[in-house]
Amino acid sequence: MLKISKLTKRYGAGDPVLKELDLTVEGDQLTSVIGSSGAGKSTLLRCINRLVEPTSGSVDLNGTEFTTLNRRELRTARRRIGMVFQSFNLIDRLTVMENVQSGRLGYISTWAALTRRYPREDIRHAYELMERVGIAHYADRRADELSGGERQRVGVVRALMQRPEILLADEPTASLDPKTSEQIMSLLRDLASELKLPVIINIHNVTEAKEYSDRIVGMRYGRIIFDDRPDRLDKPEMDEIYAGVPAMDRAEVGAVA
Amino acid sequence: MSMARTTWRKPPFIKNPTLRYGLYAAVTIYVVFTLATLPIDWDRVSDGMRRAQRIFNGAFPPNFERSGLLIDGFLESLKIAILATVGGIALSVPLAFMAARNVSIKPVYLLGRGIIIVARSFHPVIVAIIFVKAVGFGPFAGALTLVVYSIGFVAKLLAERIEEIDFGQVEAMRSVGAGFLSTLVYAVVPQIMPRLVGLGIYQLDSNLRASAVVGIVGAGGIGATLANAFGRYDYDFALAITMVIVGVILLSEAVSGFIRKQIA
Amino acid sequence: MTNTPSLHQTVDHWSRFTLRQRLMRYGGLLFTLLIVAWALSSIDVIWEWVWDAPTQMGDLFGRMLPPDPSNLPSILEAIWQTVNIATLATMFAVVVSLPVAYISAQNTTPNRVTLWIGRFILVSSRSVNTIIWALLFVAIFGPGIVAGIVAIMFRSIGFLGKLLGEAIEEIDQKPVEALEACGASRFKIVLYAIVPQVMPAFFAVAILRWDINLRESTVLGLVGAGGIGMILQGAIDTFNWPEVSTVLLTILALVVFGEVVSSYMRRRIL
Repeated sequence: MLKISKLTKRYGAGDPVLKELDLTVEGDQLTSVIGSSGAGKSTLLRCINRLVEPTSGSVDLNGTEFTTLNRRELRTARRRIGMVFQSFNLIDRLTVMENVQSGRLGYISTWAALTRRYPREDIRHAYELMERVGIAHYADRRADELSGGERQRVGVVRALMQRPEILLADEPTASLDPKTSEQIMSLLRDLASELKLPVIINIHNVTEAKEYSDRIVGMRYGRIIFDDRPDRLDKPEMDEIYAGVPAMDRAEVGAVA
Repeated sequence: MSMARTTWRKPPFIKNPTLRYGLYAAVTIYVVFTLATLPIDWDRVSDGMRRAQRIFNGAFPPNFERSGLLIDGFLESLKIAILATVGGIALSVPLAFMAARNVSIKPVYLLGRGIIIVARSFHPVIVAIIFVKAVGFGPFAGALTLVVYSIGFVAKLLAERIEEIDFGQVEAMRSVGAGFLSTLVYAVVPQIMPRLVGLGIYQLDSNLRASAVVGIVGAGGIGATLANAFGRYDYDFALAITMVIVGVILLSEAVSGFIRKQIA
Repeated sequence: MTNTPSLHQTVDHWSRFTLRQRLMRYGGLLFTLLIVAWALSSIDVIWEWVWDAPTQMGDLFGRMLPPDPSNLPSILEAIWQTVNIATLATMFAVVVSLPVAYISAQNTTPNRVTLWIGRFILVSSRSVNTIIWALLFVAIFGPGIVAGIVAIMFRSIGFLGKLLGEAIEEIDQKPVEALEACGASRFKIVLYAIVPQVMPAFFAVAILRWDINLRESTVLGLVGAGGIGMILQGAIDTFNWPEVSTVLLTILALVVFGEVVSSYMRRRIL
């Protein structure tokens, strides 16, 4: 269970990006966070594993308070949170297998990392997951030879290799074409239920969010102003979440209701 | 999923195993052999350490008393660099046209390329020694050396720029009946001018650096002052000169970088 | 670029630059001419020698012909030594330059102090010419190939470290972020996210420097630091011009060989 309470993030002296935000995620729920650009979605996700340092508040994952950990403890704790990125963040010049195994870097010895002699159990697990998402035959290929959808699958497998307790996905489909992006969304939904893994997704595309999520969280100006089942998200709620967003951008977001 | 695989090896960079291990072996043998046959005389080295200490003791603190000599040396280096840059560019432009495949005819092209390769291949110090022997000690030998040095760099890059020009403009000029020279002036020169100015400024900076070195073999400038100081065991003056050289090089690098950024 | 004349006037005049631009250009030209005039008028040369120079040069090159190959075996041995100096020095310099590049890149350096230490090493190595390094190391190690190797190495560290440091500063930070999120240690992040990205630049820079070092190694002998320069100096001192031309031709062959090898390696590796 991930329990975020009174989370605040302020860059410099300006208005806080996150304002005393509370959010609890548990079970194998797939939660989508929507909101216009600048609403604080990405900052929220990055405050959870402290890629962005929160200003105040608490982040508790299954009994571990993240905000007070020192550097070393934080490194150990981060292994328990998997993360998937908008631009995949793969290491282009390494093979798919090395990219996937980099998810285990927090566990294996430096020597094993240097010589690429990964533990047998990790290799078995990697093949299993790659088989599951359909990229096992690419194991020896360089990551930059793959298409966008395949690269994001590598990103997902890398995160799952950590055997995480929760999966964070920051706009995982924003760099993909519509068809591929639906494949990735349904993959994430299926994995959430297969692995009993809570998943939090930042997403721009409201249509996709409604189709694949169990729960939708709407953010505006660093606050949560909507938190319910997807079918409760109707036009008035949408108008509130995206209020003030020019019509052009709304169209991009996807017509709803 | 048929069988769970539990092993994985990174595909090797060189696929053929014979070639791979052969290459490893060759490199190892070369390194071991050359290292083992290095003539290191440890007695000489320990003796040298004392000598190094004496040099450093003699060098500190650096001695700026003869700053007049230092400034004269520098001004001479600067004059050498300026004249060599102007002369080098004046020779580089025709040479670059000779050595550009698209505006030149084959035998002229080969001659131009040949001259550039020769000019590039010899380190300025070697060129300087030859010129010192031919025209005597002093800044003139230094300037000649740096002219050759400038040709090797400026003519090569300028020729490459000429080969990249948009040939449509040349055809346009030819189609209105312009002669060879006016075609060059109107269609080619405007396209290469910015590059030529940039190269000139860069080369002035390079020449200033190089002039400090060619002086060591007698071709004038601050290098000659440095070599004299070293030869007379005036290590404190030598250190002062070296420090000023480093300072001037950094300054000129910054200035030339700034000007080139302004132009580009 | 052009000044647009107002519509009421009849346009019978065109100029490429505005008045200001033209003044700037003439000013620049005038300034350059003045500088050149100053340099020419005050430089300390004996002009008789200058007018005499073409004759002297012709005379010298005449005496170089034909090249005398009788000393070729020892010339080839010296060339081999030159190649070894360049190769070993480049290898050592590459190893030493890696940590220097690491601490002098803004995004990897541990703190400001190490950044300045790194920069200081780079600047001092780069600004002192190989020949000056060689003078110093000949005094320490005595004349010979060892002084040459160390001199070339000291000069190369700055060059390699600067270019590698810039390559590190230009890497894509996203994989680094991803591995931080995995809980990888600093060293493993360097190993997986930084090293692979810098690899192509690393090889390109090392090959480039090897090529430059071949040229630099040819002059080390002039200050007693080994290689072909020793023989060249000897031949010049004894006015053995036919042998000088043989040495020069051998150097030319060496440099061309170096360029061929390095462009082949660049193509194979990158």
